[in-house]
Amino acid sequence: MIPVAFDYEVAESVDHAIELLGQYGDESKLLAGGHSLIPIMRLRLAAPSVLIDLGRLENLRYVRDGGDHLKIGALTRHRDLAFNDMVAEHCGIVGYTAGLLGDPSVQHRGTIGGTLSHGDASGDMPSVITALEGSIVIQGPNGERVVKAADFFQDYMVTDLGEQEVVTEVRVPKLGQNTGWSYKKFARRSQDWAMVGVAAVVERSNGSIGSARIALTAMGATPIRATSVEQALSGASPDAVVEAAQSADEGTSPASDAAASAEFRRHLARVWTQRAVEEALSR
Amino acid sequence: MTQAPERYMGGGLPRKEDPNLVTGRANWTDNIKLPGMVHLAMLRSPFARAKVTKLDVSGALERPGVVGAFTGQELADQWPGGVPCGAQVSDQQKTPFFPPLVTDEVRHVGDVVAVVVASDRYTAQDALEAIVVDYDPLPPVVNMEAALAEGAPLVHEDLGTNECFKYTAGVEGMDELFDAPDDTQQEGGGVRGPNVGGQGDTNEALRRADVVIKERYIQQRLLPTAIEPRAVVASPEPGHEGIVMYSSTQIPHLAKIVLSLSTGIPENQIRVVAPDVGGGFGSKLNVYREEIIAVVLAKKLGMPIKYVEDRSENYQATIHGRGQIQDIELAANSDGKILGLRVKLLDDMGAYLQLLTPAIAISGAALFPGVYNFENFAIEIKGVFTNLTPTDAYRGAGRPEACYAIERAMDSLAHELGMDPAEVRRRNFFEPFDEPTANPAGLEYDSFNLQGVLERAIELADYEALRQEQQRRRESGDPVQLGIGFSTYTEICGLGPSQALAGLGIGGAGWEAANVRMLVTGKVEVATGTSPHGQGHETSWSQIAADVLGVTPDDVDVIHGDTDAVPFGRDTYGSRSLAVGGIAVYHAANKVVEKGKKIAAHMLEASEDDIEFEGGRFSVAGSPDQNVTIQDVAGAAYLAASLPEGMEPVLNETSIYDPPNFTFPFGAHICVTEVDTETGKVKLRDYIAVDDCGPVINPTIVDGQLHGGLAQGIAQALYEGVVYDEEGNLVTASMVDYMIPGAPELPNFTLDRTVTPSPSNPLGVKGVGEAGTIGAPPAVINSIVDALSPLGVKHVDMPASPMRVWKAIQNAQGKQSGDRQIDASLGASGADIRQGR
Ligand SMILES: Cc1cc2nc3c(=O)[nH]c(=O)nc-3n(C[C@H](O)[C@H](O)[C@H](O)COP(=O)(O)OP(=O)(O)OC[C@H]3O[C@@H](n4cnc5c(N)ncnc54)[C@H](O)[C@@H]3O)c2cc1C
Repeated sequence: MIPVAFDYEVAESVDHAIELLGQYGDESKLLAGGHSLIPIMRLRLAAPSVLIDLGRLENLRYVRDGGDHLKIGALTRHRDLAFNDMVAEHCGIVGYTAGLLGDPSVQHRGTIGGTLSHGDASGDMPSVITALEGSIVIQGPNGERVVKAADFFQDYMVTDLGEQEVVTEVRVPKLGQNTGWSYKKFARRSQDWAMVGVAAVVERSNGSIGSARIALTAMGATPIRATSVEQALSGASPDAVVEAAQSADEGTSPASDAAASAEFRRHLARVWTQRAVEEALSR
Repeated sequence: MTQAPERYMGGGLPRKEDPNLVTGRANWTDNIKLPGMVHLAMLRSPFARAKVTKLDVSGALERPGVVGAFTGQELADQWPGGVPCGAQVSDQQKTPFFPPLVTDEVRHVGDVVAVVVASDRYTAQDALEAIVVDYDPLPPVVNMEAALAEGAPLVHEDLGTNECFKYTAGVEGMDELFDAPDDTQQEGGGVRGPNVGGQGDTNEALRRADVVIKERYIQQRLLPTAIEPRAVVASPEPGHEGIVMYSSTQIPHLAKIVLSLSTGIPENQIRVVAPDVGGGFGSKLNVYREEIIAVVLAKKLGMPIKYVEDRSENYQATIHGRGQIQDIELAANSDGKILGLRVKLLDDMGAYLQLLTPAIAISGAALFPGVYNFENFAIEIKGVFTNLTPTDAYRGAGRPEACYAIERAMDSLAHELGMDPAEVRRRNFFEPFDEPTANPAGLEYDSFNLQGVLERAIELADYEALRQEQQRRRESGDPVQLGIGFSTYTEICGLGPSQALAGLGIGGAGWEAANVRMLVTGKVEVATGTSPHGQGHETSWSQIAADVLGVTPDDVDVIHGDTDAVPFGRDTYGSRSLAVGGIAVYHAANKVVEKGKKIAAHMLEASEDDIEFEGGRFSVAGSPDQNVTIQDVAGAAYLAASLPEGMEPVLNETSIYDPPNFTFPFGAHICVTEVDTETGKVKLRDYIAVDDCGPVINPTIVDGQLHGGLAQGIAQALYEGVVYDEEGNLVTASMVDYMIPGAPELPNFTLDRTVTPSPSNPLGVKGVGEAGTIGAPPAVINSIVDALSPLGVKHVDMPASPMRVWKAIQNAQGKQSGDRQIDASLGASGADIRQGR
């Protein structure tokens, strides 16, 4: 539980962070809330020789109205999102999920940029942003680029981030009156990581389902869209949910570990997808 | 004798200990900083079983800041006694030599191969990486049944077997279930200790019975997880030959003896201090290799040395609890009356024997009959070595195992007979009694009123309404089903009568010492041989002394946990502190009053027979104006200017109290669960616990003990369980994977109590430290099985994780015969073994 010795640099600005990343190369790691990075350093699963601390970049801590979407600064803490009125009004699933991450101390320290950059498929926020079809703003030596969530998460703890790049902002759509949402997290204890999670964003249309976007947590190396359920629900009656949810685990590759077998995760994904869509329809 | 007015006893005095604890001013071992102190780090084996073919520490020595690096070869002569085991449960028990540092073979992941001493902890930890070790890995033994199979690899080759001991009681001729007893083995017997014999003819009982419940239960391994991990500072005592060991331990007095046995340092040159200790739950009822290494190196190097384990080490190298396979046969008539019980246990020792490892199962052996009055009982226990972390006492130590087995079997019996589980219990309960009464194993229970606790719990739970709700949910096919689970338990507290402990194979010395002295200013010091680590003895002992002496608890200071300050003591474990140590305080305080009475008589120029004592005042019978306070008497006793002829000065009295019997608290618990049949998730809706631990000294502390105990019992039932892979690697190696429940997982407990005094001691007190942990696991599992029984589920193993519950439903539905299915991932070591990684 004692990390290898490392040096520590404070980033004064995003540009400075990019410069430091260039200077130290792949020996270095960005530090945001530290609630994913520090634990793996203590277990010596990661041993960066330099930490570049983004923690003082208060200008990256915000929620702004972007017209049809919300802009969330990368250094915004989970707790900020859980208690933000604009988020609650326009994209409640983000605030709700932020309030489920770990425990209060994790929420006070952990950041949205950190949880997405970490790219852990057991993380809750990656699948929520995926179901929302949100996007991620990245800044690097060559300027800024915007990446769709679907393209950002590439493999287990592998993202589209380049070596000298920093996530600066996350964009999520404002959900209209006719759109309901649900994030169902299955965990044994309240502060645990998801054994399985289901994010559902469902648009209602004249008593039936317009469209549904469903992303699964901990069912593979990245957040996974339950596309066959989405297709089955598109334009369908709410009665179709039970049947449609049966294919929720199609195309997934969940792990077997001490907490749950792959088979059980598949089962949970089906039950939880049904319950998430039902909840989204009622919200 | 003057009866003390009960003013403070029975009241919820706020804990004296808390202000320091909640403001961060506690004195933890890791806070101790001594001049010139160096730090110790352990190189631990990554293999469960391997030969060490090369070991070279020279690389570590080259690191700046490293003071020394040592191997087992180098230090072997420093610990002739190894890490001693204090239990001998049968004449044939095999006790392997347990070296603090291994010399040629590692026997579990976390076994210690070499150590580094350095100027700071980081340097020491980093220098471990410079040590070169070559291992020749061997196939490990990770499960008990495999360990006993023909041709199994041997954990200790020199012993020639993985069977540590075999213990039997009442099995003679009962060879249908049991192996024929081998008559060289020691039978328990005689009404001496908890290992009293089995009795009767269980074969005949089984033949005669209308129903025989035959089940296999698994007690998974558990990690005690005290909030403060182990920590030790060993320091050569300035100007002396001797050594001081500060340690986060439950047992400073026992440690002093064990250190001497291990290292050969004379006992009188060792001082052990337990500073504030952040929990133990039995895991600090041990003397560990790390403590011995620290002591030996402090002496060798002439420097104070600190070792603090981190949580990973805590999980690999601090003892584990439980680890038992239980085969049980319960025979009964169709009216629910029990005819007989047979129990066969495999108990997982792990790789070495720690202080009490083999005694744990034995200490629960005579409790398998539980709170039921019947005749025929037999038990066989085998201790088994495996290449896993050693096991030892964990909260309840032997009793939760016994309680779980009988309470689960009682529910199966009720189910088999279509009878209400409360009714089956009632039909077999002992009638209330208040004089020692033998149980089916010959164990002398002290006093019971089981009917009282059960009926009160039923009333508090609103049992009828719950059954109606359950019926409604069943009829409507609600995916969430309601379960109601009972457990009626007793346990053994007040360890213990010395003679009985000797019978248990742990030597004896179950007494406890207390010294009560009054200072010249009238203040009181109580020195106790108990060693609290969260139990609040400073508060409770103050209440006892205050009431006897007629002073206030604030006048009383309680001194503990230092073998220099309190020379004799037997420390804290086994819910012994109040029923033994508290009584010693009570007796010593009464001796002070008795002596005070003589002095008061002298001062008041009256006859001692005419002196009355009440509320801290000695007065002459019939003329209450003629009086002196106990403080005046204490002053006079100290100054000794005018004392009765021949009397020694000072009010300073010691009691060394050896109890005549154990004490037996009991209780009835009802657990109400909501079980999601689609996901297997269990929600605890209500938990009702009606416990009887005799008269209560401090209700707030007793409630706290119950809350914590229930949390740990519920944890075993629903959340916690050690998982190893087939190579013997600990999979649940951190708090992420090892599921300790927190407040959000627990319901509001509904607590109540009845009061049935123990006839064994003058306060009638029994003990409460482990009650919750013992009562809760079967109540929770019974509740889940009760919820799911319409689906054909007959059992779910602990911890009843969502996956287990879901699988139990699947299995029951696939196989309508309802055959019991043991989860395939359950290793027979009592630990979960995960198939191939
Ligand atoms: C006890 C505990 C429980 C938890 N439970 C949950 C849970 O239930 N669900 C869940 O989803 N998460 C959980 N977490 C993780 C938590 O959400 C983390 O805080 C979050 O995943 C990472 O955010 P951070 O700001 O702490 O990132 P850090 O730990 O600081 O960084 C994580 C990684 O992201 C990189 N990084 C950080 N910020 C940026 C950036 N702006 N640009 C580029 N790279 C960046 C870092 O270099 C590092 O590799 C838990 C954590 C703990 C300690």
